[in-house]
Amino acid sequence: MTAGNLLLEAAAQAGYYALMTRTSGPQIRGGEAAAMLRISTFPTDGQADGFQVLAAIDWQNVARFAAEIPLDSSSLVIADPSQGEPPEVFLRSGAQYARVPFKELAKQHKDAWPNMIALGVLGGLVGLPPDALERVIAKSMKKGVEAGIAAARIGMAQAATLEGYRLAAAPPRTPRWLITGNEAAGYGALRGGVRFVAAYPITPATEMLEWLSPALAKVGGTMVQAEDELASINMVLGASYGGVPALTATSGPGLSLMTEALGLGVAAEIPAVVVDVMRTGPSTGIATKTEQADLNIALYGLHGDAPHIVVAPNSLADCADATEWAVGLAESLQVPAIVLSDQYFGQARGVIDVPARNGSVATRAVARNGEHPYLRYAVTDSGISPMALPGAQGCAYTADGLEHNEKGTPSSQAADHLAQMDKRARKLTQLDPGVRWASVEGEGDIAIVTFGSCTGPAREALARARAGGLDARLVSLRMLSPAQPERLLRALQGVKRVLVLEQNHSGQFLRYLRAEGALAGEVRSLRRPGPLPFRPAEIHGALVEWSRA
Amino acid sequence: MNAPTEVIPLAAKDFKSDYKPVWCPGCGDYSVLSAVTKALAMLNLRPENVAVVSGIGCSSRIPAYTTCYGFHGVHGRSLPAATGLKVARPDLTVLVASGDGDGYSIGGNHFLHACRRNVDLTYIVMDNHVYGMTKGQPSPTTEPDWSSKLAPGGTGLREFHPLVIALASGANFIARAFSGDPNGTAHLIAEAVRHPGFSFLEVLSPCVTFRPEQRQWKERARPAPVAATDDPVRAARRILTDDGFNIGVLYRGHRAPYKAASATPTHSPDDLAAAFST
Repeated sequence: MTAGNLLLEAAAQAGYYALMTRTSGPQIRGGEAAAMLRISTFPTDGQADGFQVLAAIDWQNVARFAAEIPLDSSSLVIADPSQGEPPEVFLRSGAQYARVPFKELAKQHKDAWPNMIALGVLGGLVGLPPDALERVIAKSMKKGVEAGIAAARIGMAQAATLEGYRLAAAPPRTPRWLITGNEAAGYGALRGGVRFVAAYPITPATEMLEWLSPALAKVGGTMVQAEDELASINMVLGASYGGVPALTATSGPGLSLMTEALGLGVAAEIPAVVVDVMRTGPSTGIATKTEQADLNIALYGLHGDAPHIVVAPNSLADCADATEWAVGLAESLQVPAIVLSDQYFGQARGVIDVPARNGSVATRAVARNGEHPYLRYAVTDSGISPMALPGAQGCAYTADGLEHNEKGTPSSQAADHLAQMDKRARKLTQLDPGVRWASVEGEGDIAIVTFGSCTGPAREALARARAGGLDARLVSLRMLSPAQPERLLRALQGVKRVLVLEQNHSGQFLRYLRAEGALAGEVRSLRRPGPLPFRPAEIHGALVEWSRA
Repeated sequence: MNAPTEVIPLAAKDFKSDYKPVWCPGCGDYSVLSAVTKALAMLNLRPENVAVVSGIGCSSRIPAYTTCYGFHGVHGRSLPAATGLKVARPDLTVLVASGDGDGYSIGGNHFLHACRRNVDLTYIVMDNHVYGMTKGQPSPTTEPDWSSKLAPGGTGLREFHPLVIALASGANFIARAFSGDPNGTAHLIAEAVRHPGFSFLEVLSPCVTFRPEQRQWKERARPAPVAATDDPVRAARRILTDDGFNIGVLYRGHRAPYKAASATPTHSPDDLAAAFST
């Protein structure tokens, strides 16, 4: 993982775009892990169809993620012969095998490590400038810089003996960030105004918390590590009730624990944001790997009729904007908002263009002193009623999960229930998400409808189709709740065939689109559960095949 | 410039709202409500600067019966909600109201962690050894042989000892009160609020509907025969060996309260973005 990160940083340093996704086994520390790196001359959120080079330090437990590393006859496997022959699964692809004795080479310099040799080999092979590699080693390694640089040089010298995969010239330099999805979401939260975070560690959301903890301190906010997810979401509601925009980050098991309190947020109209970095489920599932299977719980997991916000980032960079947007929606509508990120984005680290700012962030309507009589849950046309914050004189009220009247007094009367249900629903039905509701791209009478991390490969498949003379559209939904069926139908006007793309087993997204009456024409589903990501070739293949049918 | 406004001291009644409680006649919680309002007046606080946070149950109805800001959340989670509020708004005085079911059963884990986290909260648990709102089921403090529809002949389970657990978990202030003595309870609440860190006040508050025998508690409750100690070992021995009716402050610790990270911004989010730049 260290070598992968350094190669990524060196590529960024040399002016390339790059994306590193990762996969690892269940071990606590060490053990098998793969850094999957794509270096490109254009921004990308997806992996390519396969990998051109596989460098293996060893083959320990590689079967656990061999399926995630597709190779073909043009690929090159670089491995240390002392670690045994490459597994059949890789050789079967027809890939060439180059023997490089990483371990033996590392002995040439005191304290040199085989992974740093491999870094040098890979950097040299693709033609990254040596000084870019050396600079990132000097900058990013906490110790062993001198040995690291020496090892990389040994590796680069070794690369000269190999057939190369030279990178095209780097594109012109533009302002860029090297960021993970979890960092981007954390940053978006702060930009949205979040100054309180409570959370319980969970893979793969933990890195967001680790980024936020010192970052919050710098922007005048605070982080509390809670005893469990029940506590974290209730701490978030408490802080937000006090007037401080608040957020928690978790994954599926944590979201399951939070759903009761999210209902309280709906009833008591307390803004709150939950970033769900999805991993495979159900139950503990595969904690370290990605899936888009929490859509149902995010949309429908709360008991009672509980209108709330669900948004999904559809690129690495969008993890920032989608989270910032969710904070603004939660604050301005006084509702809980769920951000559906996933392990793919969360733990991916890539070079992105510095994201444009989407204007100002919506804020909470606050009741001031002396508004008498104060009706916390006043039935308004917009459904939004100004919220008093503790400290405001003459506005004290009790935030309550019990149904209540306009004043906030608990009520079991049918009329109050209906009036408050209507008011809470109105906040969402009247919401105009503007252009942020989806990414709509392309023309043609065949379309892909998707969301989240399937968007990158879908976009690439579309580009390939277009290059081959097949025009197709992409609609990648960012706002999932409230559903936007009219907007989707408009975006699909003239479309005869719709391919619904998602990464889960049961077709949760397809069922949701059908339930909302948001699909037109003939519909096909392209789906599978995690953790294997969709690759452009298979999406492209499905499009082409269908267009010919 | 505005002329300084004269601050008129408030009376207990100024902290009582005009809502009619849902409690049964004779419920101990009426007296706890009185004690809370008396304590807030004694402390010279303003209702808008006080928040009362609760979960679900008879006792958890208290927030709306005060004129303070209230938070009536979900079952068992009053302490996390109060923790979030106090950490985010350290300027507020935050009281937490709970019962033996809400606080010790469904919310038991939060109790342990609130004690060890030591956020400056005052936690008032009205203990009547029964689930009242759901009409008479055994709670964690119910005697093992108390018979009910749900557990005919009793649960056979020994009672939970909240005060010892609070002590072992790091609570900074531990006291026991009896609702039959609202003035004494008010003084204990005021003392708990003044004490920095997490203060735990267990209030024996009879349920005359499902546990009419608890009317006898007034014969048994009496001031603790010894003064509060700051020695946890001594406090543990006393709490474990008394009969559960010693009223007063039983432990007063000196741990520094939870301190949130700096609240003074030194950076803007955009400053932080500089670290992402390639």
